[in-house]
Amino acid sequence: MPKRTDINKIVIIGSGPIVIGQAAEFDYAGSQACLSLREEGYEVILVNSNPATIMTDDEIADKVYLEPLTVPSLKKILIKEHPDAILPTLGGQTGLNLAVELSKDGILDKLNIELLGTSLKTINQAEDREQFKDLMEELHQPIPASKTVYDLETGIKFAHQIAYPVIIRPAYTLGGTGGGIAHNDAEMTTILNRGLTMSPSTECLVEKSIAGYKEIEFEVMRDHHGSSIIVTGMENFDPVGVHTGDSIVFAPTQTLTDKEYQRLRDASLTIVNALKIEGGCNVQLAQDPFSENYYVIEVNPRVSRSSALASKATGYPIAKIAAKIAVGLNLDEIINPITQTTFAMFEPALDYVVAKIPRFAFDKFTNADRKLGTQMKATGEVMAIGSTIEESLLKAVQSLELDKQAQVDLIPEYTKGMSLGDLLEKIKTPTDYRLFELFAAIGKGATIQQINRATQIDMYFLSKLEAIIKMQQKLSDGLLCADLVLDARKLGFNNTMIEAIRSTTDHELEKLSNMEDQHLVYKMVDTCAAEFESTTPYYYSTIGHENESKPLGNSIVVIGAGPIRIGQGVEFDYATVHCVKAIQTAGYNAIIINNNPETVSTDFSISDKLYFEPLDIDSVMNVINLEKPIGVIVEFGGQTAINLTEALTEHGVSILGTSLHGIEQTENRHEFENLLIDQDIDHPKGDTATTIAEAQEIAHRLGFPVLVRPSFVLGGKGMAVVHDEDELNEYLVPALKASHGEPLLIDQYIHGIECEVDILSDGQQVFVPGIMEHLEGSGIHSGDSIAMYPPQHLSADTKDQIVAIATKIGEQVHAVGMMNIQFIAANDTVYVIEVNPRASRTVPFMSKITKRHLAQLATQLILGKSLEDLGLIPGLNPEPAKVYVKAPVFSFAKLPGAPTALSPEMKSTGEDIGSGDTLQAAMHNALFDSYHIDTNDLNGVVLISEFDANDDHVASKLKSAGFEVQAYQPDMDWPEKIAFVLSSEDETDDEKQLVANALSHQVPVFTAQDTVLGIFQPQLIK
Amino acid sequence: MKKYLTLENGDVFVGTACGDLGGEINGELVFTTSMTGYQETLTDPSYQNQIITFTYPLIGNYGISLGTNQSNKVEAAAVVVKEMTEQAFHYQSVISLDAYLKQSKIPAISGIDTRQLTKIIRQYGTMKASLTNFPVDKKKSASDHQASIIKMASLSASSDKKIDHVVLVDFGVKANIVKSLQRKEIDVTVVTPESTYEDIAKLHPTGILLSNGPGDPTAYSDFLPVIKKLQEAFPIFGICLGHQLLALANGAKTYKMTFGHRGINHPVKNLENGDIFITSQNHGYAVDADSIKETPLKVTALEVNDKTVEGLRYPGRPIFSVQYHPEAAPGPHDAAKLFDHFIDLMHATEEVH
Repeated sequence: MPKRTDINKIVIIGSGPIVIGQAAEFDYAGSQACLSLREEGYEVILVNSNPATIMTDDEIADKVYLEPLTVPSLKKILIKEHPDAILPTLGGQTGLNLAVELSKDGILDKLNIELLGTSLKTINQAEDREQFKDLMEELHQPIPASKTVYDLETGIKFAHQIAYPVIIRPAYTLGGTGGGIAHNDAEMTTILNRGLTMSPSTECLVEKSIAGYKEIEFEVMRDHHGSSIIVTGMENFDPVGVHTGDSIVFAPTQTLTDKEYQRLRDASLTIVNALKIEGGCNVQLAQDPFSENYYVIEVNPRVSRSSALASKATGYPIAKIAAKIAVGLNLDEIINPITQTTFAMFEPALDYVVAKIPRFAFDKFTNADRKLGTQMKATGEVMAIGSTIEESLLKAVQSLELDKQAQVDLIPEYTKGMSLGDLLEKIKTPTDYRLFELFAAIGKGATIQQINRATQIDMYFLSKLEAIIKMQQKLSDGLLCADLVLDARKLGFNNTMIEAIRSTTDHELEKLSNMEDQHLVYKMVDTCAAEFESTTPYYYSTIGHENESKPLGNSIVVIGAGPIRIGQGVEFDYATVHCVKAIQTAGYNAIIINNNPETVSTDFSISDKLYFEPLDIDSVMNVINLEKPIGVIVEFGGQTAINLTEALTEHGVSILGTSLHGIEQTENRHEFENLLIDQDIDHPKGDTATTIAEAQEIAHRLGFPVLVRPSFVLGGKGMAVVHDEDELNEYLVPALKASHGEPLLIDQYIHGIECEVDILSDGQQVFVPGIMEHLEGSGIHSGDSIAMYPPQHLSADTKDQIVAIATKIGEQVHAVGMMNIQFIAANDTVYVIEVNPRASRTVPFMSKITKRHLAQLATQLILGKSLEDLGLIPGLNPEPAKVYVKAPVFSFAKLPGAPTALSPEMKSTGEDIGSGDTLQAAMHNALFDSYHIDTNDLNGVVLISEFDANDDHVASKLKSAGFEVQAYQPDMDWPEKIAFVLSSEDETDDEKQLVANALSHQVPVFTAQDTVLGIFQPQLIK
Repeated sequence: MKKYLTLENGDVFVGTACGDLGGEINGELVFTTSMTGYQETLTDPSYQNQIITFTYPLIGNYGISLGTNQSNKVEAAAVVVKEMTEQAFHYQSVISLDAYLKQSKIPAISGIDTRQLTKIIRQYGTMKASLTNFPVDKKKSASDHQASIIKMASLSASSDKKIDHVVLVDFGVKANIVKSLQRKEIDVTVVTPESTYEDIAKLHPTGILLSNGPGDPTAYSDFLPVIKKLQEAFPIFGICLGHQLLALANGAKTYKMTFGHRGINHPVKNLENGDIFITSQNHGYAVDADSIKETPLKVTALEVNDKTVEGLRYPGRPIFSVQYHPEAAPGPHDAAKLFDHFIDLMHATEEVH
């Protein structure tokens, strides 16, 4: 069918702030879909409250609403815009749930708005457990015995009937939140109670556990005519039992025979046809490793995280095609954008192996429960492409930026003292480190049969891990000859890994490699295994004869930000994409190197060439040696890119923008302090320590409280405010151990208003787009603070001082491009606390407000333009009349056991924006999708921890704002109506329990006094 | 141990010997893009005398299982892979692929940049190649190898109850075609292409199936008059080579494609109802669409991407054919309903009679 002409205006609902289970993949899907619809001539209206996204850029949609994702807010927009249709399948579970609610509300019928892509009936059939079960029975598709329960008693009775273990899956929750596997009544009670409270419909599915089966996913496309294809099958390394978002995944499937594959393919198509999906759909299945039995696990009638992975793994742009199907086009009418010569109606053939490894935040949340189960915990993921399982897996491991030692040696330090027996016991529990523990177990002599018994991971995969460890042993014992090096490279060993095992040099290895006729080459991702000619600028490295990537010339390399983690989120992908646009506009070829499959930057249509590669120095230099670019830009890829600067400079690569010297002036503690002293800039006094005694001496000299942290930090990792000697000692022991000889920083702690600026500079002059004031005082990480723009409590003099200091620093370090500077304003003095010599987290927020693409302007400066050329007048950008608030979003509910009290260590996973004519209005709008509170509709008591209740200031302020304040007692009845919960400490069991209870009851939770005192002032609430 | 793959155009690929280590062979070099189903592919008679390159780099992952072969032996002449999986762990696996190839005396080569090789085939078209243990003199390489017409014995599966009886003319039939008919409770008698019209008519078939098979369809010119007679009397279903022969018998032409269709991801559009199936294919020749205009046949399906002829029908008669493999094995089952269509045609014809 040709595209529809009876609709013109289409609303796309975004997925909102980034939370665990719903991340950057929906920015990728949403922006692709918007562009795809506009390409067909439709008017696209986008609603999303997340400013840190490409999809909310003005050139992506005809109109962008940065408004809360709530039914009243969307209704207002629908009434105003009167669209013909809504496309709800691209905004994750949030978009789908909102579509259901809007439909129930009746507004869609009233305004005659059509749901595109999938009908309400389909959504219900796929998402409602009972309806899904009925449909599967009707289609004769096997599903594990299950029952929907609404109370504990029925759940336990059913579990006895089908026998433990059972899986508990709450209905309508993100990423399977609140679910788990229970082996007995006690576990059942805990998990089912939690699941019931977290489900908006107090509904859980209790299901026979099929843990241990092979978990297989199919990404299906289906059009209006009913033609359907499988984009790719994917096989989880971790068997059923670990959420697919937390599993290592390979594409295509590896251990299924054609009969098994086709049986599962048939099942997927049968289901998708019965559901009458028009667009993309994800089907999850379980294959018994010992029989022909299989089960259908789940169907997601929308674009998902897996579809982003499948798109990047195959080159087939699922979201783009899904949007075209939604407006009536059939698969054989849509050109395959990769080949440009074939159609979207075909199944991609891969001639490589793709590995995905999830990235977790446990490096920051060391106390959190690291056990993986049916509830997703990963914040992001990396993907790698290779010719063998080993190569793609090791490339993915090199991309993780997790733990340098484990990534290079594969066997983590902590396993070295463990016995084989202990390790075999340990690997029974899936955790974020299990892959490395498997390597360790093999290294200690475990057979793959033993490991298979402990983990149920398929022996095929385990044999590949064994091949890697055997290669390590050969490299360490055998003669280092050309053949061996080639074999090691085929398994994905890079120079750094080989040199860690065997004393040799890059030069030596290169000489050995040159003796062979196969080398590291780049191959194209083309959807068709070279069957048709393609010109996709999408490449990966592997070992082979023919290099397919011809150097572009006149090019600039942009280093991406790698996997999404706390402290380095989608904001950096946003900046990377804008940097690329500016490079292209300036007439150069832009080349991206990145390894995150969820993002817009790794869409091959964004840059002139995409290298899907690890961001380690070996991989980056391989690309640079081939492409010979004019230079490399590191300012937009967060700390990942900045950390490569030194090594790149050593290799003689030209860094465009602020020089290595400038970067070191701001990142090296001593150089930075010298700079500040030299320029007479106030800053908290501080010193460095490498021993406990030194640290104690410094703390006493400065006076408590002091701020302590490791010297090179990301997102405030490992930072803390300590108030006395006991706290200091408690911090020092693990911190010194973790710092590996690098000094710890100890600073005077100054209480005041924290604020920050992102500056633009051409190396001579400085432009300040705006000052952001933080609601919370110093001591709380800037990424976790509520930020207000323009500042609400700063005097004109303070603002002048801030701009003057920012200008001084910019000029002194010859900043070229962007830089982020953080301040504390206290007692009419402005102190500098930190400088980040790169684009920061706040770039998209400020870009959206000022309607200036700051990252593009910065790139132009990097490429040689002056502020004057760009029409930027040095000094502070005039402030707007409107007020804008950026509020953090936390994923505490997904990470049981993780610390919750706000501190110098960043904890939030995302952010939203609120705007209004007054601070009150802006704050009100910003708090919906962040703290999930409506400040105009506050009912019930305020429940606060004992610690906060003992603080007279807090209690009295809240009372004077009109709240009934109640101190939490562990044995108390949970109040019927709670306005919100406050617990600013997370040390005692009571405090932990209060927060956990609040999270599972879905009550708004605040974990800093400053936040509560700042928001709930009489003038800010109704 | 090294192994040399020498192409007709003079290109030489050096790799590691696997399968039958000492074996040397000449054949036609082709590639398949299927990511699963190597066992079905290697035992498919259509691949006789062909050296198969797998574009997917890991082959042998799940070993060799019983009941999967499409004939009683490995039909391919040799195998080219990037990596041959050494050990198979699948519960149904009885032997590894490498050991099976050794047992079957089929040489193979691994460690090849199969993507580069595929691009060469794409560019120059299917060509002759030789797999040897030592470098060969280019001029002597790839000696001409004429595909011979294969004769096979019948595998009759008769039973008293069954009504339908299909006579299958075997040009190199895949086991799953026979199985697909037997699963529908149809009696199948397999005859050789040497059969005359009278031989076949004597068997009282309710329908005729012209099977797939290797090589150039014009090599079967002796059988074309038989088809012409058969189509006056019986419902006919042609698959792959059988489809090409039906076209030739009615006066159409066939041609050699540059590099053919080999894979399990080919979209085929049914021109009569707009349905699109993902199909399993392996053929190096195709029916010339223009030449159909001069025949009583009608084109019913096209490949979505290159628009080659994928289906034919004889209007007014219970006769049709497809270029792809509805029996799959390996590949998707999207087109399996064609066997039901064949049965419907046979029943409709019976009622008329």
